[in-house]
Amino acid sequence: MNKPIRTMSIVCMALFVALLVNSTYLQYLQADELNSRNDNKRVRDAEFSRERGAILVAGNSVAQSKPSNDQFEFQRVYSQPEKYAHLTGYYSYTYGRNAVELTQNDILSGSDPRLFVNRVVDLFGNSQPKGGDVSLTIDPKAQNAAYDGLQALGKDVKGSVVALDPSTGAIQAMVSNPSYDPSGLSSHNLSTISSSWEKLTGDPDRPMLNRGIQEVLPPGSTFKLVTAAAALSSGQYDPDSLVPGGARLDLPQTDTDLPNESGTDCGGDKVTLTQALMVSCNVSFGYLGLTLGDDALREQAEAFGFGDEYLDDLNGQVASRFPEDPDAPQSALSAIGQFDVAATPLQMAMVSAGIANGGTVMKPYLVDEVRSPDLDVLDKAEPEPYRNAVSSSVARDLTQMMVEVVDQGTGSTAQIPGMKVAGKTGTAQSEADRPPYAWFVSFAPADDPEVAVAVLIEDAGVARDAISGSGLAAPIAKRVMEAVINQ
Amino acid sequence: MSSVNPLRGFTHRRRRGAELFLLILSLLVGVGAYIAVGVGVEGAVPADFIGYGGWLAVLCVLCHVVVRVVAPYADPVLLPVVAALNGLGLAMIHRIDLAELAENPDANTFARDQLIWMTLGVITFIGVLLVLRDHRRLQAFTYTSGLAALVLLVMPLLPVLGTEINGARIWINVGPFSFQPGEVAKVCLVVFFAGYLVLHRDALALAGRRFAGIDFPRGRDLGPILVMWLVSLGVLVFQQDLGSSLLFFGLFLVMLYVATERPGWLVVGSTLFAAGAYVGYLLFPHVQARFDAWLHPFSSDSSYQIVQGMYGQAWGGLVGRGLGQGDPTLIPFSYSDFIVAAMGEELGLTGVMAIIVLYGLIVERGLRTALVCRDAFGKLVATGLAVVFALQVFVVVGGVTKLIPLTGLTTPFMSYGGSSLIANWAIIALLLRISDQARRPLPDLSGPADDDATQVVMVR
Repeated sequence: MNKPIRTMSIVCMALFVALLVNSTYLQYLQADELNSRNDNKRVRDAEFSRERGAILVAGNSVAQSKPSNDQFEFQRVYSQPEKYAHLTGYYSYTYGRNAVELTQNDILSGSDPRLFVNRVVDLFGNSQPKGGDVSLTIDPKAQNAAYDGLQALGKDVKGSVVALDPSTGAIQAMVSNPSYDPSGLSSHNLSTISSSWEKLTGDPDRPMLNRGIQEVLPPGSTFKLVTAAAALSSGQYDPDSLVPGGARLDLPQTDTDLPNESGTDCGGDKVTLTQALMVSCNVSFGYLGLTLGDDALREQAEAFGFGDEYLDDLNGQVASRFPEDPDAPQSALSAIGQFDVAATPLQMAMVSAGIANGGTVMKPYLVDEVRSPDLDVLDKAEPEPYRNAVSSSVARDLTQMMVEVVDQGTGSTAQIPGMKVAGKTGTAQSEADRPPYAWFVSFAPADDPEVAVAVLIEDAGVARDAISGSGLAAPIAKRVMEAVINQ
Repeated sequence: MSSVNPLRGFTHRRRRGAELFLLILSLLVGVGAYIAVGVGVEGAVPADFIGYGGWLAVLCVLCHVVVRVVAPYADPVLLPVVAALNGLGLAMIHRIDLAELAENPDANTFARDQLIWMTLGVITFIGVLLVLRDHRRLQAFTYTSGLAALVLLVMPLLPVLGTEINGARIWINVGPFSFQPGEVAKVCLVVFFAGYLVLHRDALALAGRRFAGIDFPRGRDLGPILVMWLVSLGVLVFQQDLGSSLLFFGLFLVMLYVATERPGWLVVGSTLFAAGAYVGYLLFPHVQARFDAWLHPFSSDSSYQIVQGMYGQAWGGLVGRGLGQGDPTLIPFSYSDFIVAAMGEELGLTGVMAIIVLYGLIVERGLRTALVCRDAFGKLVATGLAVVFALQVFVVVGGVTKLIPLTGLTTPFMSYGGSSLIANWAIIALLLRISDQARRPLPDLSGPADDDATQVVMVR
């Protein structure tokens, strides 16, 4: 009987080795994954009892933990809640975290490997470990200008402003309206948390949505910049090339024609490309869409970032899109930013910033620096090129054309005295029963760009014919550009 | 036992001194854990630690003295390992009591009861060693223990006696106590199987067909294995107890294999088990729920406990939060079925590994006893006890750590629960008794040296 007993010994040993290996997997290899789950109460309790790092804008905190005397030792406080809500996000006991509170949680909560030495020192010094600080790239003046500009249109206006530094990709301003106050969600009172959550998620205006990155809408005529870029890059056109400029464009395969916005012609049967962009001529750009073809347009759009997610510092980014397989009339409509083309304000700001930066689109980022609790810089963002969208000569031509738009064309409301501004308006039709979207993208100064902006007004609650890129969106873009430049 | 035991010429040492030394280490672990709990939870060494430690010491010394007197050649490692596990379990249950009391002053506490049960367990241990001076006497009770096992298994199903707790009908009420007869049935079954197989193993091993290189038994010899299969299925169906069902059947299979030395039985039995388990899965929603919770813990409705257990163990990490520093009360039943998860949280991977290795040592000493034992019955009993212990640890620890689907079994010597403690102390007593018999030097049967010729007595 000894042989089977020996066999059973080996079997039992295998069972126990399996237990040891599995425990190692669970408590060592899988532990980080389990600890980072949102519904893990232990980790959350420990985090809530720890002093969480601050989120800073230009050295001032927009989110910080202050001592409190309830069941947790610290309470998260947002100093300018509505203005920065979509950037800071919330820090909720019940609903987890969002935005920078989520993406930078390791640093803020102090569990980041880079803070390991601090934790060990705290352990031996018997003091509670603290989280590190996160410093944002936001320029408070630009953020104020954007926020105030949207608020000036009315408390209920739906819209968004995104401003980028063209040469680095740093986000200088990002505002979405309507906004919300994350304090309720970050409360320690469970019923306050759940009632604010229900109120915010039940609101039809969706205040928690960051319209700058989480919603795609037809970019309208601002997309003509992409079409123009494709035309110039094809080598068949220069800014002075003549393109059809009549009142209507006959769309092949259909009975309908593509008219201009105003119904008039664009300054002659044949106009230059510069003139076409200046007056935002649908006929010319529809024609370009037909002749260049959808593949060339899609390639150009993707070179600017369409179809991709490139922002790491905020969660929930939606990729902008160009239709998969449009037929000829759909290509013509896509070329003027209608049909199924849809973009986020961040994407349109990147189009503008790419042109401003000599054709190179920089990868956008929001987190500038992370610091340890004792203020040592742990990491500083390094600007990195994202894609080469156009050549520098095409960028130069496009800049000149955009300057004409602001100097003499549809974008005159964005003029800044003593400075050349490059811009493009857009007024995108949506469904017949709702108002069009007003867009404006720009950068300034045109010869040495410091800021690129995209403004989207989705719904301003004003009469339909009062809605236009130049009327509503361009003045806000102007304020933001001035805020960045005049300091 | 036709072969000559190679150890025949070897004389084992008693090693009682080593046992005493290891016991003192175990006491240090148990009492140290108790003090650590006090320091961790209340920030001070608990005032009653001398009384508590003294009580544990008395129990340990009592066991040691009894072993020294009535089983002097018994294995010296088993008792200290058990004492260490029991002490750790007590400290953890006490720690969970304190946490529950902090939240609700009227909460049920378990540590005091567990200490009483441990005392009863030790009394059982001593009783077994004193009464049973030779394990071979048990062979006379083969069918009695078989009957006892059946009665014990049926008891929870009786209308007044049995109660259903947490979905499993495996409890009986005796006055203020509830008792799991299945734990005791386990021991009776081992004795029954061993006695039965010793008698019938030749018939079971004798004839069969050879197929694919394995000897399969004859159809008519399949009777007992089919009966056992039905009993296991009965436990699964009527008591909704997946773990015990697996345990009983696995135990029988292994003993059958050891007795007959024919792997064919394992093949037949495993096939039967797989078929039974699959039918059980199809028929019973609670089995499906267990599988679902195992496969998709984060999307299943019935996985709260296992997920909390996993979170606890992950939170513990390599070295644990320290006794009194974690939140084991977040895990439902962390004082009984999930005590390993609580250990993982507060003592870390290091602690869990130490506990698993301690369990492994018990199994290893049990199987070693079976190897050196001189009689077939003793070999089978020792193997059965060691294997049932190994299976139980594997099923419960594997379930808690999500290696296999979770089944409700107690963690030997650590979970709260009287029946389990008493039964496991009895198992250790039996193993010690067999090992004492096995390691004892053979009586000298050769008689006195016969140099002198027989004197012829002259009768006048």
